[in-house]
Amino acid sequence: MSASKGLPADIAIPESTARVGTPAWQRAVWVVLGIAVAAAPIFVLESFHLFQLTMAVIMALAVLGLNIVTGYNGQISLGHGAFFAVGAYCTAIFMSHYDWSFWATLPISAAVCAALGFAIGFPALRLAGHYLALTTFSLAVAVPQILKHKSIEDWTGGVQGLFLVKPDAPAGLPLSADQWMYVVTVIVAGACFLLVSNLIRSRIGRALMATRDHPTAAEAMGMDIGSLKTRAFAVSAMITGIAGSLSAVAIEFVAPDSFSFGVSISLFVGMVVGGVASVLGSLFGGLFVLFVPNIAEAISKAAPGVIYGVILIAFLFLLPDGFAGLLRRVAARLRR
Amino acid sequence: MDGLAHQIVAGIATGGIYASVALAIVMIYQATHHVNFAQGEMATLSTFIAWSMVQAGMPYWVAFFATIAVSFAIGVVVERILIRPVANAPVLTMVGVFIGLLLIIGNATGWIFGYTTKVFPSPFASEKPLFGGLVSAHELGSTAVTLTVLTLVWAFFRFTKLGLAMRAAAYNPRSARLVGIRVGWMLALGWGLAAAIGAVAGMMVAPVVFLDPTMMLGILLYAFAGALMGGIDNPAGAVLGGFTVGVLENLAGAYVVGTELKLTVALAIIIGVLLVRPSGLFGRVVFSRV
Repeated sequence: MSASKGLPADIAIPESTARVGTPAWQRAVWVVLGIAVAAAPIFVLESFHLFQLTMAVIMALAVLGLNIVTGYNGQISLGHGAFFAVGAYCTAIFMSHYDWSFWATLPISAAVCAALGFAIGFPALRLAGHYLALTTFSLAVAVPQILKHKSIEDWTGGVQGLFLVKPDAPAGLPLSADQWMYVVTVIVAGACFLLVSNLIRSRIGRALMATRDHPTAAEAMGMDIGSLKTRAFAVSAMITGIAGSLSAVAIEFVAPDSFSFGVSISLFVGMVVGGVASVLGSLFGGLFVLFVPNIAEAISKAAPGVIYGVILIAFLFLLPDGFAGLLRRVAARLRR
Repeated sequence: MDGLAHQIVAGIATGGIYASVALAIVMIYQATHHVNFAQGEMATLSTFIAWSMVQAGMPYWVAFFATIAVSFAIGVVVERILIRPVANAPVLTMVGVFIGLLLIIGNATGWIFGYTTKVFPSPFASEKPLFGGLVSAHELGSTAVTLTVLTLVWAFFRFTKLGLAMRAAAYNPRSARLVGIRVGWMLALGWGLAAAIGAVAGMMVAPVVFLDPTMMLGILLYAFAGALMGGIDNPAGAVLGGFTVGVLENLAGAYVVGTELKLTVALAIIIGVLLVRPSGLFGRVVFSRV
């Protein structure tokens, strides 16, 4: 057995050392620049394109969730669409049945998804590699059926699904509902990206990667593999669930068939293309997942799937560390 | 009581399909320790090929055997082009390649043949059910075909030199290479065989579930469940597991959960087996030394 089980050893080492030397004013410039770039679309784009960008950010957040467990922790999940669906349904159920505000449903769907992720993480402990992929694959395929079942129809609205309404911008802000939705999404996603990148740079993050690369050595160093893996699953499910919540509100509709097994596969493809075990890569993954099928659909209904598959295999063969890895190499070359 | 007997018989008929696909999965797993997520999609493509041959006016059985040959070739080509280069890659890469293959074949099938559901002919057409309504002609015929295929595969591996070479290549590639077996080609042959078995399963199930590009997704799930139940490294176990799962599915569908949760039953079986007995009923318990 080689030392690196999940990934080639030369990728996914966070560049924590590079940032230490950056002076505070430079970091401030980056933050201001980042906020400016994130805010610009509100004033530039018209509402449909803004909606698409909102969805891209949401997908990026979902890919980030998957990246925690699969990229950083090496547990292959092909079923993260399930958590996306649960998050979306939590928000939809509380908003449409109980008239809760969107903000109030967010912690609930985060908590429910985290608990579910923790619960699924337990059997996953015993399922390494292919077995876990196989089980989560089956979960992804079964999700729409479970959502349609009549015993929970009163809550989920069955095949018809549930309608909800986007929150309006707070009084005094001159923003339309679409623009406000974008702001909300960027704030929530930005907070999650910040939290996750801090988590990955921390002791816990290094432990996650150590359990991925060499579980035996990690255990010998005193890491509690079981609790690390289940918690990674919980955090991962939580982030993807939050993305699901956001998507429910952004689309204003949830239905079982929009959470088909294609969602899970999209997230997986987005992760590989953006960059496995890369926080920034998740962002590229989100953009890819949303925009590439739109472009490909112009050719044929089936084209997005075929192109997805070709691009996925091409990346695995030629650029296994994804778009983020490519950028990293280009940057390294320029710096030299 | 008649109802129960009929459910069991029908379960055995679908179980034969699951057993075939499970056998295809196990064959590839044994040789390479990879689970082929695209097995179902490949079988669907084969079935569409058979359908277009029959549409073009070919007699059923000619189309049947031609499809098996074409599927065998597709399996070999896929192994040579896509799987060989990443044979020693990490698990994540392998899973990614299989998912890519699933996307390409599945959507290409839809692209070429369209998404409308098609009627696939059964060679065992008969108006009235046999044995007093216990079993339909197609159920009986397809069970016979799958049993024949399974017996042939068993005999091939047990009695022929090529079969022995393939077993050796899967069991111990290094020693096999030393005694002059071309291990790479044995793996490609295994892929071809698996694709051919999948094709037979697809053609046998298509008259029942109707032909469309997503036909095999649920069946693949049940095949996974069957393979795991029997032990994913034991071909005979996987076949038995496939039949068991077929019967269980039919009984659960008829008496317990109804037809809406069929896929969930497969999921429950998979999780149950992996939790209670991860090596399956007949699988070897694997210890890894660190």
